[in-house]
Amino acid sequence: MSGGGRVSSWARELAVGARFALAGGPGWTRTLLTAAGVGLGVVVLLLAASVPHAVAERNARGDARSPASLGEEMPPGPDTVQYISNGTEYRGDSVGGMLLRPDAGADTTAEPPPGLDAFPAPGEMAVSPALGELLDSPEGELLAERFDHRRAGTIGAEGLKGPNELMYYAGAEALPEERALRTDAFGVDSVGTELPPVLVLLIVVICVVLLMPVAVFMATAVRFGGERRDQRLAALRLLGADTDMTRRIAAGEALVGALFGLVAGVGAFLALRQFLGSITVWEFSTYPGDIVPSPLLLALILVAVPVSAVVASLLALRGIAIEPLGVVRESSVPRRRLMWRLAPGVLGLLLLLPFVGSFDSGSSAEQGQVATGVVLLLAGTTVLLPWLVERVVGRLRGGPVSWQLATRRLQLSSGAAARTVSGITVAVAGAIALHMLFFGARTDQTVATGDDPDRAQIEVSRTSADGGDMSALVGRLESVPGVTDSFGSVVGDAVTETGDFTPVLVADCGTLRESAVLDSCANGDVFIANSGDVPESRLPAPGERLNLAVSWETGEAAGEPRWWTVPETAPLVESRPDASGQEHVGILATPAAIDPGLLADPWTEVLLRVDPHEADVIEHVRNVAWETSPPAQVWELESERVSDELLQVQQALLVGATGIMLLIGASMIVSMFEQLRERRRLLSALVAFGTRRGTLAASVLWQTAVPVGLGLAVAAVVGTGLGALLMSMAGLRLGGWLAFLPMAGAGAATIALVTLVSLPLLWRLMRPDGLRTE
Amino acid sequence: MHHVYTPHVYPMCIVRGMSISHTLLGLLEAGPRHGYDLKRAFDARFGQDRPLHYGQVYSTMSRLLKNGLVEVDGIEAGGGPERKRYAITDAGVTDVEDWLATPEKPEPYLQSVLYTKVVLALLTGRNADSLLDMQRAEHLRLMRGLTRRKATGDLADQLICDHALFHLEADLRWLDLTAARLDRLASEIHT
Amino acid sequence: MSSTAHDPAPPAATAETPLLAATGLHKTYGSTPALAGADFAIRAGETVAVMGPSGSGKSTLLHCLAGIVPPDQGTVRYNGRDLGSLSDGERSALRRADFGFVFQFGQLVPELTCEENVALPLRLTGTGRKAAAARATEWLARLEVDDVRHHRPGQISGGQGQRVAVARALVNTPRVLFADEPTGALDSLNGERVMQLLVAAARDTKAAVVLVTHESRVAAYSDREVVVRDGRARDMAGAL
Repeated sequence: MSGGGRVSSWARELAVGARFALAGGPGWTRTLLTAAGVGLGVVVLLLAASVPHAVAERNARGDARSPASLGEEMPPGPDTVQYISNGTEYRGDSVGGMLLRPDAGADTTAEPPPGLDAFPAPGEMAVSPALGELLDSPEGELLAERFDHRRAGTIGAEGLKGPNELMYYAGAEALPEERALRTDAFGVDSVGTELPPVLVLLIVVICVVLLMPVAVFMATAVRFGGERRDQRLAALRLLGADTDMTRRIAAGEALVGALFGLVAGVGAFLALRQFLGSITVWEFSTYPGDIVPSPLLLALILVAVPVSAVVASLLALRGIAIEPLGVVRESSVPRRRLMWRLAPGVLGLLLLLPFVGSFDSGSSAEQGQVATGVVLLLAGTTVLLPWLVERVVGRLRGGPVSWQLATRRLQLSSGAAARTVSGITVAVAGAIALHMLFFGARTDQTVATGDDPDRAQIEVSRTSADGGDMSALVGRLESVPGVTDSFGSVVGDAVTETGDFTPVLVADCGTLRESAVLDSCANGDVFIANSGDVPESRLPAPGERLNLAVSWETGEAAGEPRWWTVPETAPLVESRPDASGQEHVGILATPAAIDPGLLADPWTEVLLRVDPHEADVIEHVRNVAWETSPPAQVWELESERVSDELLQVQQALLVGATGIMLLIGASMIVSMFEQLRERRRLLSALVAFGTRRGTLAASVLWQTAVPVGLGLAVAAVVGTGLGALLMSMAGLRLGGWLAFLPMAGAGAATIALVTLVSLPLLWRLMRPDGLRTE
Repeated sequence: MHHVYTPHVYPMCIVRGMSISHTLLGLLEAGPRHGYDLKRAFDARFGQDRPLHYGQVYSTMSRLLKNGLVEVDGIEAGGGPERKRYAITDAGVTDVEDWLATPEKPEPYLQSVLYTKVVLALLTGRNADSLLDMQRAEHLRLMRGLTRRKATGDLADQLICDHALFHLEADLRWLDLTAARLDRLASEIHT
Repeated sequence: MSSTAHDPAPPAATAETPLLAATGLHKTYGSTPALAGADFAIRAGETVAVMGPSGSGKSTLLHCLAGIVPPDQGTVRYNGRDLGSLSDGERSALRRADFGFVFQFGQLVPELTCEENVALPLRLTGTGRKAAAARATEWLARLEVDDVRHHRPGQISGGQGQRVAVARALVNTPRVLFADEPTGALDSLNGERVMQLLVAAARDTKAAVVLVTHESRVAAYSDREVVVRDGRARDMAGAL
């Protein structure tokens, strides 16, 4: 046969396959299933390929609006702008903001930040669309109280990181010189900051963990409905097709499914892009226009998906012989060998081990080595799984009838079972490893704050020019509905004549009792507080003279000394941490003993006890704090402060892994349906025998539970091991050994789901209709 | 030589003559006819390969007359000496009835008799279905006997039984087919 | 030959209470009536062939008799109990304990060995694994297929498979054996052998057999036959 003839006959056979894929009825169902599976995978791949561009765009816009000069001394000029970064927080979302004042007023030659046509005039502000919407809605009522600016414009997309960013620029007549900075331009060059090693590891593992199951899933999708396809191919063999021809026909069929999937995936991606523009995750929103796959990755996806589909379908035909009279599954597949199945995992381990305790983000070669190691290790589990499933399942004996039915089935087709769950295994192992890594990173960044949220729930603090205005602030805070109690104090510093430094806290008796153990207290009393770990010689003694004019910045006496004498009667008391966890050592005085106005650079701190049932107390408090100048800071007291982002990433990971498990659960449902339909007669016959529904339902359950359970067990071991390895590479303290538990829960849920969804069909097939031959 | 469906072989006696008289009687049930008409009616329905001789009709009719199953309804003037018109008597109707109701002994080449019976049953408005059912029961009764015998007999016995069984089965299939086509047959006969 | 015609005497319906009896069964699938007033009765130890053309409702009659399908109208009484008054679970339990089934094909669990398949009904009624296996082996030997007891259904011939199925149907010594075209997928020789073994085994265990078939040679193994036509069952013994 000439080369051209062969090509044309190959093309013809592929076309025959394509026609099968498009043939009505079962052909369509199968093609649609494959297309849906592949399409899902393509969506995930395209999204992943778009991440770099989306992040880069976002960062670029963030850089473009940053003031070019950060605090260098700069004389006012026609092109300079004074600014104060003035963000706030509202119901858990941060609101970015900047107060702007061009030095030359309306005549300034300075370029406004991107997204603005002109600098907002004094008393006016420009807001992002999301902030504008929030301010106009009833939900934003409390936030709106913080702005008495007239809204004069909207910040354009080029000045926002994402469509849902909350951001404003406000114009001001004058800005306090001590807080304002000056710049002559907006936009900084992107700073190529080196990512911390933990982050690099995280990113590498995330990519592998999220994308590998997608590949496994797509490979499974191409095999959807394979058994019926095999029978069709057998019919073709009867008509004279040879083995190679059937293979090419099968390839043609898979190709059509994959191409449909590709089209569906691209379509879904385009639709999803619009949707993604409307949601916000972790204050992270993206413009649809930013979600663009990088061209190289796009090309790779467009080529690799159909090619892999064909390869996967051909691989699936390995081990079965399609004969003219039917499909012969080679029952005596050579026994799976352990040695080479261990190889990838061991190799991966060897690649990772050198970095234990010493990984720094390092060269790209090292990153590549780590990535390869992780991929090999995870891929190793998918290779190992069939061997393990075969061994374990082969040993299962006895048990009730339902167990016998399920295990025998698995023994005959352990390969298929293992293939299905290998996706779960990779996803779960990876997720466990990541979970541990996050756990480590979080523990690293979780600080025991010492806060005691039982005693007070909100802390408001600010520097003030005059310690005397504390009572005014306290008064206003106490009038906020929901605030039940307040503890206001003014903290300053003093130096003794010998130059020893001592803090001074002025508050009423009620507040002082929060900071020290007092037998008695009356306005006018003074106490010397010690925590026990400060030598008494370091503390001021009764009768000693203190200078209260101490600069907070330098810690040294500044200006005209303001002398004050510790009363002879001042008792030594034991301090105790206040609700915010601070311990006050030194002078504790009532306002009648020290006028807070005497303290230089005083720090005002108000702890508030609030009614937990009153909503939005914190926002009301923020509104009060916002009006002070400079604005007071408002904290919610928490017993420990965790890095919120990491916690959310961790949760997102759990969600992602669960999603993948659902995906694989879906494919298990498909194959379970296929298997059940094939056995319609058998099921009816079993029912005729009086087999209980429960028995058959239980066998469906076992059939899913055994491989998934095994997969999860392997995943738990590999994931925990990998996690420990990565943690030690990142120099984190080992821990979080129970990270696999939520995954095990998700696995159990998947098993339950597959079983439950299969039951209606099982019930239906158990009707005696299956027995009818006519 | 034909085999009856038993392990024994015996010379076949032609039962056809007997069934001719019943057939002619059955044809008369539809109404009185001349001998010549009877011959024509018989030939048209049953005599495709072997038309009746006129003499056969004459001799059969005289026997039936003798047995009181038919009577001479009238003699037409003119024509030849044999222009008698025959009519069936009540005894004749009963005889036809009995004949139709008696399943034939399952024998080879039985179809023509059965066919005749079915057609006559249809012609005379009797239930051909039950006729076939009865015949089936008779066949099966014999088959059960053969099957039982087979279980105890030696190989030769078994082989002979099997031969008979397969032939009986073929008959039964034909019966089933006929039963399934009775409606069509009836409409063809009545046109 | 008149003696042949009346021998053997048909076991005509007598005053003896039937083991399983149906009266006035109606069953419609969609708009197709499968049964339209069918009656049926079988006594203990009797073998009755249910014959009739395709689509006449033979199998539906069997399904109704076995309590697999509830009839739209009419009653089925087994041993004096009205199957219609039993719950689905009770009917299943009855089938497990008192009935056995052989179908045309596709009834053996492909993953289980022949021995395990035969042991299945025993296991379903709670017999221990060892005891069930022992009884299964016994029955496989009785049906002359003990040599394939460790094979799976896919590895044996159709005739062997049907014999395994018969063994499975009889292993719990049912009082009624329902056989729906048990030889339908077999050649004559294999069909003969399966029928001989089936009838002999049923006779030994005194099981009544409801034998649905369209083949007269198979029906000839019965004591009497019933013809189903247009959804009605006609007792041939009564017709004579």
